[in-house]
Amino acid sequence: MGDELTRRGFLGAAGGLVVALGLGPKSGEGAESGQPEYNWEDFSYVYLIDAGRCIGCGMCVQACQRENKVPDGFFRTWVERYRIGEGGRVEVDSPNGAINGFPATIVDFRVTKGLFVPKLCNHCKNTPCTQVCPVGASYTTKDGVVLVDDKRCIGCGYCVQACPYGSRYLHPVTHVADKCTWCYHRITKGLKPACVMACPVGARAFGNMKNLQDPVRKIIATEPVLVLQPELLTRPNCYYKGLDKEVR
Amino acid sequence: MIPEIRLPEVVGFAFPNDVHITWSLMIVLYPYLTGIVAGAFVISALYHLFGKEELQPISRFSMATSFAFMVVATLPLLNHLGHPERALNIIFTPNFSSAMAGFGILYNTYLLILLLEVWFVWRKDIILLARRSRGLKRKIYAAMALWTYDISPQAMEKDHSAIRVLTAIGIPAACMLHGYVGFLFGALKANPWWSTPLMPIIFLASGMTSGVAMLIILYQIAMKLSGQRIDGETIASLNRWLWLFMIVTVSLELLEIITLAYEKSEAWEAIHPLLTTKLAFSFISVQLVLGSLIPFILLMIAVTMNRYLHDRVRNTLSFVSALLLLIQVFAMRWNVVIGGQLLSKSFRGFRESYSPQLFEKEGILAAVGIFCLAFIALFVFARILPVFKGLEEPQRASLEAEIKG
Repeated sequence: MGDELTRRGFLGAAGGLVVALGLGPKSGEGAESGQPEYNWEDFSYVYLIDAGRCIGCGMCVQACQRENKVPDGFFRTWVERYRIGEGGRVEVDSPNGAINGFPATIVDFRVTKGLFVPKLCNHCKNTPCTQVCPVGASYTTKDGVVLVDDKRCIGCGYCVQACPYGSRYLHPVTHVADKCTWCYHRITKGLKPACVMACPVGARAFGNMKNLQDPVRKIIATEPVLVLQPELLTRPNCYYKGLDKEVR
Repeated sequence: MIPEIRLPEVVGFAFPNDVHITWSLMIVLYPYLTGIVAGAFVISALYHLFGKEELQPISRFSMATSFAFMVVATLPLLNHLGHPERALNIIFTPNFSSAMAGFGILYNTYLLILLLEVWFVWRKDIILLARRSRGLKRKIYAAMALWTYDISPQAMEKDHSAIRVLTAIGIPAACMLHGYVGFLFGALKANPWWSTPLMPIIFLASGMTSGVAMLIILYQIAMKLSGQRIDGETIASLNRWLWLFMIVTVSLELLEIITLAYEKSEAWEAIHPLLTTKLAFSFISVQLVLGSLIPFILLMIAVTMNRYLHDRVRNTLSFVSALLLLIQVFAMRWNVVIGGQLLSKSFRGFRESYSPQLFEKEGILAAVGIFCLAFIALFVFARILPVFKGLEEPQRASLEAEIKG
């Protein structure tokens, strides 16, 4: 257990270091040179996952836990492994959210296709979670991010029940609803979410639909993409490439 | 310090955040309490508004029961909230798109109606008690009477009109309060085990069942303890109502399952194994067989063969059926609230069965304690105001003498 924690701590620290080296100076410059203030009217964030690229390493989950101090046993993001065989045989797992990747286990059928599917809050445009919040503690920002005001949340758990994607949980320490924020503290400074930065294969991408040159926007506009559980009409802002029908 | 979370075993695949039971035993208890509130109120309404004279002996008692359970109904919710100190935000800064935001309005409206009705029903007794008492006791009763001592026939007539009007508003209010609890579950599209427009109606019907059942039990116990005669007509009438309400309840519950099964929807593929594995005991054995089939037969005997039954047999049949139906309704609440959370939204797996601990914050002891508080509230009510007979009628001692003589 101790070793595992140390290892996780090291990896997280390493991830943080990479982030700091890669983008630290840029944000520093902004702060010092009086960069124009962040205007949320200029942004409409969108997230794109290429399931075909994901290798299930779990770096994103680790980066998220590290960046957002997510308590053990709870997940703002996780990765699912789908092993699909003929005749409708499907085996799905996500051991501890795949924070340490996936063990090489064997299934009792011939796997004809397999994929890793990263999951996180879909930051739906028509979101059931903010709808049901009795005190308005869950809300959508103008730049399209679904957040929880932890000073206002009463911890009733209704939003946790209302989210069809299992993206929310009640934080065991603060006793308020908690969820993926797309690293709002980072993206409003021009950085990418920690999970996007940590992905070694570019399976996760983050963009701005209001930026006409945004590559993510271009992919969503011009290539076949899917959302999770579209029948619920929650209108997610997370889009997927390379998804299978077995994925919910 | 992060508390250690014991991760439950999962059968199949559950979304990683789905393995926690967010709504605990407290959320099972809350609709159980409001159901009894609504059911007991309806019995008092049957006398006050619909002229069911045979229910007169328990008309006051049913209102007192409704009131006592109403007073404690919020406690499970407060105990459940992560931040109970912010609970009033629901009332002061509600987000009206939330079904839960209606809570403050519905709960307070119904509480106000109930409070007013209790006042009008007991006004005469309060005044008589104020006149008979001395010192502080007198002051308290006088304050309860709002320092108005008018019990002239005209005033009494106005009281009766007020009671009728309040009951007429109270019935929809009680139905709204409890139906809305069903709506909280029924309007969540994320959970197929909850998401059905039948849910509020099922909650209402089962609420009526539990309310009548609770009255039968409390009435019989109260009469036994005070050495009074159990009114056969009243019990026979309560039996008929209980039978009707339970038939409606169980039919609706079965219809919901049958519809899901017949549609063979994606939801059914997840719910079917839930009912036959995780909920096999609490759903099939307790809710359907022990809690529905057996009392159905017992009540059928009690209702259809009423005139051939000895009082003791009728009372026993009634008592046992009521007890079983109280268990049935609790099992139904459990199967809905907990069952819905055992099922992962992945539709591919279940959480390991949830068993609340005895001493945890939202555990068994807390639930039993809150439930008992309702009886204590009723007991206190009965100490302050007479819950069976008004004061102008013969006092208990002389009545007993009459019966014995």
